[in-house]
Parts: sequence; C-alpha cells; structure tokens
Amino acid sequence: MTTKIEFEQFTFENRARTPEEFADIAKELRRDVIKSLYLARSGHSGGSLGTADIFAVLFFGAVMRYDPTNPNWNERDRFVLSAGHICPILYASLARAGFFPVEELRTLRKLGSRLQGHPGIDMELPGLETSVASLGQGISIAVGMAINDKYLDKNERRVFALTGDGELQEGSVWEAAMAAAHYKLDNLCWIVDNNDCQIDGRVHDVMSIYPLDKKFEAFNFFVIEIDGHNFSEILSAFQTFHQNHKNKIGKPTVIIAKTKMGFPISFMNDSYEWHGIPPNEQQMIQALSELL
Amino acid sequence: MKVFKLLGKKATRFGFGEALVELGEKNDKIVVLGADVTTSVLTSFFRDRFPERFFSIGIAEQNATTIAVGLALSGKIPFFASYSAFSAFRNADQLRISVCYNNANVKIGGGHSGITVGADGATHQSLEELALLRTLPNMTVVVPCDYLETKKATHSIAEIYGPAFIRFGRAPLPYFTTEDTPFTLGRAEIFREGKDVAIIACGTMVWEALIAAEELQKRKGISAKVINNHTIKPIDIKTIVESARECGAVVTAEEHQVHGGLGSAIAEVLAKNYPVPIEFVGMPDRFGLSGEPEELLEYFGLTWRQIYSSALKVIERRDYKSGSNHIYRKINEIVSFSDELL
Ligand SMILES: Cc1ncc(C[n+]2csc(CCOP(=O)(O)OP(=O)(O)O)c2C)c(N)n1
Repeated sequence: MTTKIEFEQFTFENRARTPEEFADIAKELRRDVIKSLYLARSGHSGGSLGTADIFAVLFFGAVMRYDPTNPNWNERDRFVLSAGHICPILYASLARAGFFPVEELRTLRKLGSRLQGHPGIDMELPGLETSVASLGQGISIAVGMAINDKYLDKNERRVFALTGDGELQEGSVWEAAMAAAHYKLDNLCWIVDNNDCQIDGRVHDVMSIYPLDKKFEAFNFFVIEIDGHNFSEILSAFQTFHQNHKNKIGKPTVIIAKTKMGFPISFMNDSYEWHGIPPNEQQMIQALSELL
Repeated sequence: MKVFKLLGKKATRFGFGEALVELGEKNDKIVVLGADVTTSVLTSFFRDRFPERFFSIGIAEQNATTIAVGLALSGKIPFFASYSAFSAFRNADQLRISVCYNNANVKIGGGHSGITVGADGATHQSLEELALLRTLPNMTVVVPCDYLETKKATHSIAEIYGPAFIRFGRAPLPYFTTEDTPFTLGRAEIFREGKDVAIIACGTMVWEALIAAEELQKRKGISAKVINNHTIKPIDIKTIVESARECGAVVTAEEHQVHGGLGSAIAEVLAKNYPVPIEFVGMPDRFGLSGEPEELLEYFGLTWRQIYSSALKVIERRDYKSGSNHIYRKINEIVSFSDELL
C-alpha cells in the first residue's frame, strides 16, 4: 500500500438540523466508508455509500435517541441493520457518533477487529444491537424488539430497521411485515433501501418485488415513499414517523427510499457490480476526490 | 505409493461451476436454480450456457429448495447452490421434509463454506452444516478435497438418484489430485500408506494431512496413513475399520466444528466396530472471525501442525493403553514440541 490513509478525528452531534446541514455529514461518512473498505480489501461499497444520506439524518438529525457515552442506556431507540453486509456505513456512523474511536475504522474485516465483515455482537462493539447477516432476519428481530417495547415494557422507545430491497425476496420478511401490522407496531420504522440492485443484477430482473408501496399498503403499513438522496424528504419522513408514534396510529411505518447504489461516486453510481467489492487504490483516490 | 504434488491453487467452486456446464451438455434434465449469488458459486457458467434451464429465484433459499423439489418430482435433476450457510442450513426444514422425506432427486451445492470464506466473518463461515446434513435420511454428503475432485464429485452426485449435497469453497487453495486419482462416491481413498497412525480428513484438510504425514515421517520417523474421506455419508465403514485395525490410532481433520461432522462420523463407526483412540482436528466449538483465509486456518488450528501434534498425542494414548513403558519420555517430548508449535 502506498497511499497513507488518515481518518479525521472528530464526531458529529445528534441534534435538530436543517436539511442543508446533512450534506457535509454524509460526505464524511462516505469518505470513511471508502477508506475503511479500501484498507479492508473486501466488502460492500455500493449499499454502504447509497444509504449514507439516510444514515446521516438517522444518526445526526435528532431522529434517534441514543447516548454514545452510555450505549446501553435503557431509554435509547434501537437500530437494526437487517442488511448486515452494508455495515461499513453503520460502523462509520457509530464512530462519528462517538461510540468508539474513529481510528478503529481502519481495522474493518481484519483478524481481531471489533468491526467484523458482518456485524457480530460477540465482539462487543458499543452501539451495535444485534448480530446480522443472514438476510431477512434482522427485520424480525426488530419486530420482536418493538413488541417488547409496546406490550411488555410499555415504554416510549422506538425501533428503526433498514432492509435492502433484494432482501425483501426472503419470504420471512413478509412474515415480519404481517406480524408488525398485526401487532399495530407504531413504534417500528422500517426503511427499505430501494436501489433496485442486488448481486446478480437488477432486483426487477432477478426476482421482482414490485409493486412495493401497494404490497406494504396491503399489509396495512403507513407507507412513505421518498428520494433517498433528498435530505428534506428523508428528514420529513422520519418526522412523520415520530408523529405516527406519538399519535399511536396503530400501524407500522415503512419508508421506501429510492436510492442509487454507490451514489454519488461517478464510476459506481447505480451499478450493481459495486454491490460487494471495495475500491482499489486508484478508485479510492478518485472516489475521495469526488467527495471534497 | 502415489505421491501427491502441489499442482497449484484454485478454488473448488470452479470445479462445481465447470462440471455443471459439462453435465448440462450431456443431460437436458439438469436444471439449475439461483438465489442471487450465482457469480459467487459459479452457477453463472451454467446460466450463461443454458439460460432456458436456469431459474432465478431471488434471495429466497427456502423457496428455491422446495421449488427444486417440485422440479425433481417432475423428472428433472435440479441443482440449487448458494453459500452453504444458506443452501444447507437456512433451509433445514425444507431439506428435511420436502427434499429428504420425499427422497427427491435434488442436488444442493454449498459454496463459500468453512472458515476459508475469510473476511465476511462468522456469519458466512458455515462450519455446522455437515452435522445437520449427516442426520438426514436419504441424504448423500460429499466434501471434495480440491478443485478437480469437486468436478468429479459434482458429476457423481448427478449420476445417483436422490438428495445429495456437495461442499466447496471460495478461496484459491491447493489442488493436487489428477485425472488418474480414483474417485468413487462412498469410497474413502488411501492417499498415503502408513502403519503408525491413520489420518482421516476431508475437504481442505486433506492437503494439510498429507503435509503432516510427511513431517511426521521426516521429524519422528512415524509412518502415517492418510485417508481422503470425501463422502461423509454414506460412510466407508470398511476402509475406516481396516485403517484403525492396522494403525490403532486415528486423527480426524475437517474444516468444520469438531462436533457432528466427519470426526463424529468416524467416531461412530469406530466405537461400534473397532474402538481405538481418536483425536479430532476441527473448529473448537466456537464461531469464526473476519480475517484472511490462511490467517484464519492458522488462528483456529486448522493446519498440518495441529494434525501433526494430534497424531503424536493419539499415538501416545494408544501406547499408554497397550502399556508401553516409553510413556513418560514421550509425553514430555510431545508437550514441548506442541508448545513450540502452537
Ligand atoms: C439469507 C442470505 N442469503 C444470501 C446472502 C448473501 N447476500 C448478501 S448481500 C446479498 C444481496 C442483497 O441485496 P439487497 O438487499 O438489494 O442489498 P444491496 O445489494 O442493495 O446492498 C446477498 C444475496 C445473505 N447474506 N443472506
């Protein structure tokens, strides 16, 4: 390796922001993703970059309640990354939120690292709620958490979960959807990263999941469709969920976020080939130069 | 005695992918189901050659498994492959009832298996599926040792009727068998003759076993027999019992949890027919970690070194049982040697 990789040492606050303020945060998260994947020499660039705008708002726009100095705070909201393979963006977000040193991002996928190739709770990474990777399982775990919070502990906590769109091909995902609606989980906010990309190609070619909005409506969800790269739309979608939760609407909320895999890197944008590979040195340099 | 030489490194998944195309040429009843990872498990070769006999099912392994049953019950020979964690575990119930209880002619490919899948980490390192599959009535379970053997084995499971599973991996690893190396489903092959200890291995551990045998000979003058036990089920009772009878001590080695896989299968055979001391080399009842394949094999003790020290240990146990008076000297030797190695 010839290029020296530095991680800027700062964190972002989780507070109310105007949409414009998220651009710099998302950019920094993407830079972290690029660098850590380059150093790891394997891993999933496409989804990690494509969801960075959503993560910027979710973690740094007062959407979720959490305390990095007390990761197990029992009033925190919980986030489950059902699409476990895009964990580089989760790790970047947790690091920039202050759950662990930013410097640790350089250990991604290395032997002994807390940043496993797919999140593993056995490594005791602060801020990580569950092991995930087998697609479709995280969303059911999130449903279980939401049932707990609504019916057993009867608290005001909220559960956020993000699935891919290829992931929706797993039948168990729809079992989770059925249960979420059946139990009227208005404390559950399900985000779908709808980039229409998966390993083998376009989701609509591999196995169509469409029409998606109508499916969720039929399952009795509160459905919001947004441009997943538009900060105003992302922010207002989460605010609507907050309202739904406060008003106890008796339905789970799903945010179908139209995104582009690899966005906004010129040579990755919207191409499924970038689902599961890291940038090489030249690509890393190019990508970082597009994220200034 | 045949001596195996390292011919190069190649991932076993290529053997699987290439064989499927050859099978497709020969037999139009061969059909393949994909669950999104076709370019990883190389069913993409078949897809590109025979698009009309390839069905993309999406990321839906349970559905793919049971759709394969429907095709099998209509006279086809469906192959369904994904990562082993998903094509041979996530779909356990479908395998048990729809595939095996039906005795359906479904072939399951388990790719990206074992610790050598590497940096993806514990979630993707399938180290338990042999334990599951071995308990299913009607199921044939094959774990080939290298690229070419994977190719032969893929052909073989297509030729038999009934459920079968073949395991292969992602990382480029040693290949050393040739067209002349015998391969018969259900028959363990003696890859090296020896009389002091029998090392029974499958998959990636066969090459490590050959190295261990060489080192045992060089360093200790111990003559180790190496058996490539590629078919875990049905298991070759005759070869295993004869080897145990001849050597009186057995080491098993596999890229799988020590519980439930090849080692357990061998232990069952020997406990019933000819009990001898056995040492087990495998994943020590824990989940894996992210890392480079070879680094992980070292870290979790899945190399010739552990096979070597296990051989010394098991010979010791055998001699102790038979009342050898060299015991104390030998134990000290082993302890110091394995300390230096581990
Ligand atoms: C049960 C299961 N099957 C297969 C895989 C392998 N796998 C990892 S990511 C992926 C594609 C996911 O597609 P999508 O949800 O659209 O995510 P994106 O490609 O947008 O990142 C697959 C098949 C897995 N992790 N789990």
